[in-house]
Amino acid sequence: MITEIIIAALLAIGGTFGLVGSYGLVKLPDLMTRLHAPTKASTLGVGGVLLASMADAALRQGTVSWHELLVTLFLFLTAPITANFIAKAHIARAMPREPLPPTGTARDWATLDLSDEPVMPQLTPPGRPGRPS
Amino acid sequence: MLRKLLPHPGLTLLLILTWLMLVNEFKWGSLVFGAMLGVALPLLTAPFWPDRPLIKNWLLAAEFVAIVLYDIAKSNITVALIVLFRPRAKLQPAWVTVPLDLQTPEAITVLAGTITMTPGTVTADISADGRALLVHCLDGADPDAVRDDIKARYESRLKRIFE
Amino acid sequence: MITLALYYAFACFGLGLLITLWRVVFSPSIPDRILALDTMVVNVIALIVLFGMITGSGLYFEAALLFAMTGFVSSVAYAKFILRGDIIE
Repeated sequence: MITEIIIAALLAIGGTFGLVGSYGLVKLPDLMTRLHAPTKASTLGVGGVLLASMADAALRQGTVSWHELLVTLFLFLTAPITANFIAKAHIARAMPREPLPPTGTARDWATLDLSDEPVMPQLTPPGRPGRPS
Repeated sequence: MLRKLLPHPGLTLLLILTWLMLVNEFKWGSLVFGAMLGVALPLLTAPFWPDRPLIKNWLLAAEFVAIVLYDIAKSNITVALIVLFRPRAKLQPAWVTVPLDLQTPEAITVLAGTITMTPGTVTADISADGRALLVHCLDGADPDAVRDDIKARYESRLKRIFE
Repeated sequence: MITLALYYAFACFGLGLLITLWRVVFSPSIPDRILALDTMVVNVIALIVLFGMITGSGLYFEAALLFAMTGFVSSVAYAKFILRGDIIE
């Protein structure tokens, strides 16, 4: 009985967050704000559904199903990377019109930096020029 | 000899676990096949991996994961409330520059991913010399507070875990 | 009760899928379209998992896993193409 309530609650929470994530795509005004809605709400939405499915398998068949954990982990690891790439594409396309804050370091943001020097964090040891004060 | 056969023991263990999870039940046959994959794949891909120990403090790493999971749940509720109930005109999105104390690329990657997953913030870019992150806030009424929060809550812990 | 919650979740994710589809068709910029496609993949994964729960079959997880992988790779490839005009440098 309690397991059933937990599963139903997980499903309801997951569904609600999934819907809010998709609704945010339409409601929020520009791309950078829209980026916040799906990367978060959809991961918890799907996460809730997958947890519910795991609990459901445990309740009905009495076996623990590990696939769900795999899908959840995969989504949680990849969501930030996709968001980062979309943000970079947006910066590369729209940024001359929309100003970014200064980096506070010697070089510009990596997407806008057109010099031949490699983009590499480890090159500047502490205390050398290029390190923020 | 063992070092040569298993260049990355952690990766081997992770591959075996992933294979067992894919098979979805424990069988000795799958364990053997998973072990074969776990030995073969790190050997084949060894040139792509950095050969230095990554995580120094496993206990702190576990605590970090727990904190991040808690923050993800909290972030989802905050963002959902903003999406549902705040009118467009009252949104205050803002760009924040977060200067970095972290040195290793792995630690910076984990920090960037963590920022993206937690309350109303998305990592957009890194400065070309790797000394600052560009973060976008959904609700950035006080950008300095956001920056200090990221540095105190995540970066200091990651510094102790990785460096 | 679980069945009721299942139908509720189905309705939510189905509606979400329609909204993202609308976004894909009428999107103001290309990065927006990638974002909508990525969200669409997430919704589809949720729907597949829910369908697997209703039928009680474990087969659908392979499909969900494949969707998660191809969705991630295609979103990143699309974004990278816009960023550099090239996918593999």
